[in-house]
Amino acid sequence: MIVIGALVAVCAGLVWRRDGIDGVLKILTHDLWLFGEIIPRVLAGCLLGGFIAEILPHEKVSRSLGPSSGLKGLLIGTAFGAILPGGPFTAYPVAAALLTVGADFGAAIAMVVSWTLIGYGRAVAWELPILGTEFTLWRIVISLPIPVLAGALGRFVFVRMYPKGEPS
Amino acid sequence: MNISALIIDITLWGSVLILGFMAWQRGRVVLVSSVREGSMDFINIVPRIALGVIGSGYIAAVIPAEVITGWLGPDSGWFGVLTAVIAGAATPGGPVVGFSIGAVALKVGGGPPQVIAYVVAWALFAFQRMILWEIPFMPARFVWFRAAVSLPFPFMAAALAMVIGKP
Repeated sequence: MIVIGALVAVCAGLVWRRDGIDGVLKILTHDLWLFGEIIPRVLAGCLLGGFIAEILPHEKVSRSLGPSSGLKGLLIGTAFGAILPGGPFTAYPVAAALLTVGADFGAAIAMVVSWTLIGYGRAVAWELPILGTEFTLWRIVISLPIPVLAGALGRFVFVRMYPKGEPS
Repeated sequence: MNISALIIDITLWGSVLILGFMAWQRGRVVLVSSVREGSMDFINIVPRIALGVIGSGYIAAVIPAEVITGWLGPDSGWFGVLTAVIAGAATPGGPVVGFSIGAVALKVGGGPPQVIAYVVAWALFAFQRMILWEIPFMPARFVWFRAAVSLPFPFMAAALAMVIGKP
């Protein structure tokens, strides 16, 4: 967070030197507006994460998405990421909630990567109209194996980096 | 407010209501504690989101889009793929920017495998999404881990695109 803060300060300084105080203020008002728009959705995402953490039985989650869930766990994570509604304000809180109720890094990676690469929301809303149907379908077909492979690689590396489980 | 934002909000709050109802069925205690948990997360995250939203605007203003289209130029081969991956990670802004740059690159003669690598890398590593969303919500160790194991995949997607060819 400190690094990001410093980076932001440097960039704001560059904008100020280039565009003067007006440029700085223009971006600030635009971003404050955006912030106001995003905040209710962030609240919804956090509530979703909270409910999921309470409702889903930990035992069942760690069986179907935990470290020993095998290929099936990665496939469930991938499917979950692909059908999850909403945007980043749901995907990340839900992934974090799954981690706390017993999913392992592999399944959570499969979910997050699947959401960014094959989630229908972004593809339908933005990619289809801008890049066209043919390119989008071609891109999605090529991307299909990636979430499972990334999750599997994540698991493979994780057990070698932390043989005794995640350090706290 | 446009239609797609409205649909997103309806499905989002609809899911909140459905899950809230399910929690309430398990008993008041479950409902109260999950709402408290979610609200605490929200309070903790707001300052980071504020920094992310306001900060990424300045970072994006410093990186002009033309620079990125230039990187993606019509050069092909693996060097083109590598620049495409770096360009994808460095692209500021939301989905419109990323996909539009991909479309421009296709139009000016960028090779389809390079554009695939660009779109995939942008989906996996776009710095603005990582700063604004992934780092505030997920444990830091998870984010770095996820990014590290995702590294090979834009290259794999480009390789697949070269092998399969465009239909």
